[in-house]
Amino acid sequence: MPGALSANYYLDSTYDEMFEGPGQARPQYRALLQRILHLREEELAERQQTADLAFLNQGITFTVYGNEAGTEKIFPYDLLPRIITAKEWEVLEKGLAQRITALNLFLKDIYHEGKILKDRIVPFDLVFSCRHYRREMRGVRVRRDIYVSVTGTDLVRVNDGQFAVLEDNLRVPSGVSYMLANRQVMKRVFPRLFGSYNVRPIDEYGQALLQTLRALAPSQNIDPTIVLLTPGVYNSAYYEHTFLARQMGIELVEGRDLLVHDNVVYMRTTAGLRRVDVIYRRIDDDYIDPLVFRGESILGVAGLFNAYRAGNVALANAIGTGIADDKALYAYVPKIIKYYLDEDPVLANVETFLLSDSVERQHVLENLDKLVVKAVGESGGYGMLIGPHSTNGEREEFGRRIQADPRNYIAQPTLALSRAPCFIDGKIEPRHVDLRPYILYGDRVTIVPGGLTRVALRRGSLVVNSSQGGGSKDTWVLNE
Amino acid sequence: MLSRVADSLYWMSRYLERAEHTARLIDVNLNLALELSPQAASGHWLRVVSSLRGPAFEGSQLRPFNVTEYLAFDTSNADSLVTCITLARENCRQVREQVSTEMWEHMNRLYLQVKRSNISGIWSAQPHEFFRAVREGAYLFHGIIDSTMSHGDGWHFIQLGRYIERAGATALLLDVHFAELERTLGKGPGAREFLQWVGLLRSCSAFEAYCQFYTADLRPQRIIEFLLLNSDFPRSVRYAVRMVGYCLRKIGSSNQSARASRAERISGRLRATLDYGQVDEIISDNLHSYLDNIRRQCWAIHMAVQQSYIAYSVEAALAS
Repeated sequence: MPGALSANYYLDSTYDEMFEGPGQARPQYRALLQRILHLREEELAERQQTADLAFLNQGITFTVYGNEAGTEKIFPYDLLPRIITAKEWEVLEKGLAQRITALNLFLKDIYHEGKILKDRIVPFDLVFSCRHYRREMRGVRVRRDIYVSVTGTDLVRVNDGQFAVLEDNLRVPSGVSYMLANRQVMKRVFPRLFGSYNVRPIDEYGQALLQTLRALAPSQNIDPTIVLLTPGVYNSAYYEHTFLARQMGIELVEGRDLLVHDNVVYMRTTAGLRRVDVIYRRIDDDYIDPLVFRGESILGVAGLFNAYRAGNVALANAIGTGIADDKALYAYVPKIIKYYLDEDPVLANVETFLLSDSVERQHVLENLDKLVVKAVGESGGYGMLIGPHSTNGEREEFGRRIQADPRNYIAQPTLALSRAPCFIDGKIEPRHVDLRPYILYGDRVTIVPGGLTRVALRRGSLVVNSSQGGGSKDTWVLNE
Repeated sequence: MLSRVADSLYWMSRYLERAEHTARLIDVNLNLALELSPQAASGHWLRVVSSLRGPAFEGSQLRPFNVTEYLAFDTSNADSLVTCITLARENCRQVREQVSTEMWEHMNRLYLQVKRSNISGIWSAQPHEFFRAVREGAYLFHGIIDSTMSHGDGWHFIQLGRYIERAGATALLLDVHFAELERTLGKGPGAREFLQWVGLLRSCSAFEAYCQFYTADLRPQRIIEFLLLNSDFPRSVRYAVRMVGYCLRKIGSSNQSARASRAERISGRLRATLDYGQVDEIISDNLHSYLDNIRRQCWAIHMAVQQSYIAYSVEAALAS
């Protein structure tokens, strides 16, 4: 093959996003393939530089932890788009809306009557042993009964080309700003190619998010004050917080800007104190109110939880939603959907072994070299073992950890995530990708047609997290 | 507007103004020192350092290279150019959602450019180019602010920071040169003094404006009058103080705060002393204490702004 398309663009049983077979592009990728074949390597490299510079100058960076004093890095951007057909998207949209509706009902249930527990669909101890279960939320009325207003669900496409849900991120999912920024840059570096595809726009995300948050405000208040609460400039997603606040035209506040008086939340402005009605918080439960949760937190607002319980302020997402994206509870989501909606799940789950079950545990311990083991409470690709890529020592270490605290781990088969063409060191090569669409739930469910496609940039790697050497690409959802 | 945001915009602007002032001073004086005897040069650099609030250098250390390194690139110097640009950018980053994308991108680019540079690099190339780039970066930033940001509270806090910094810095610069100037008051300039005075005017980008106003006939009293009391020149103390007062009135009226009056009163009083001041009286009275007073009043305005808008007590706010 000519041009930058690498001679070792390898195809195997793994689903390739672009090719159906050797030299045979899927219909939606044909125009893209033509375009890249006509570009010389240097031209592609030039466009990559333009894109990288755009990210650097805009300060679209994230902070890597564990490095000295928080190093700022740009989130690697891959030049080539990932294309999703209208038909594929239709299924995703339906499946995601179904899933989020059921999970909201589940959250309401377990913090109130607990019917699903009494009916023995989900075991009691699984819920109550979860680190993210918040006893303080028992019986608290949540506005409109919406617990999860913003979700970023991680999907993977497996060998048969079907999408499956890998993780529901129901606490404070991030990455949506990269989805939007990627599109801006894409339109700059490939204007004509982009124009020739009929891609659905995603720009309305900011407005849709604002609409979602507004739905949480007390109904009598026609002009509610909505703010975005950030942990501050040293948080890895700070760029995103500023970006979203700008997109929505709301104040970006830190804990120190807010105070609670008589169970009412105020922000400190140059014109005095101003009452706050809705908080889109990007701070974890643990840090949000030092009087109720972690006392040493200086990011949160003292007294916020009481104001919340009194119904004087709405939080998005609600406190305690982490229970529903616990990796062990994940295995029960198909049953949860069936229980509340009496429907079969549109999107499949990935097979999951619960290590608290002794039979499954035994199976997992014997097959550690084939499985992926994850700690239930971790995210961001931390605390996991990828069996086929692990050493003997690592497997022994995880075996010990599992024995010591089985509830804290789950195992899944090593998935062959689909691969998409990426521009790497001057060549086009396939890399594993996933997909994170963003689901908004306010007065209704809104899913902006698109998402963040994350790329494992290291050859053969399956870890797409930005903190672990992942990048991202623009995701096109086609109109027809 | 959030108090924290107002505070960040204010400081962003102050730091940028400080960086620009430092860049200008270094640039002008590097150029000037080329024509000075080594002896005169060391006294000259001493003045430059003290007008930027630097410490007393050892005589042997007063070489252009060292001084420039200290004033421009020393990160342990809280007022160095690189520190100021870093802090301006940091404050800008803290309020990223309040500033326009154009502003942020430009600030970020300026920061990256300064961070990339070092003393040996610019010294072996052309120091002038570097300092000019910083100054132009600051000018451009203000141009971008003016044309991409709403001229509301945030903009006024930016202008407030800029002019309060400028009033203080110009007063200090005059004060440091005052001893020298006073000695030669009333006399015509010798060649050496002439250079110094041109240097002072250029340090405020004021040489050409002065010449238009008074012709090239340089006299210390007129220089003081021009930099202190001129009503139209944007770097004169009077002009800066008038802008401070203007911003405070705008901020006060849009926030309708009962706590706002103190800052406005102090700035109004300061403005009156400049509006109705007579240069001969100021000089015969005590120029040093006059300039010192201006700086103290600027400080008082700063504190009053903090207390009215930024760090007020919750009790006071709930009561009103």
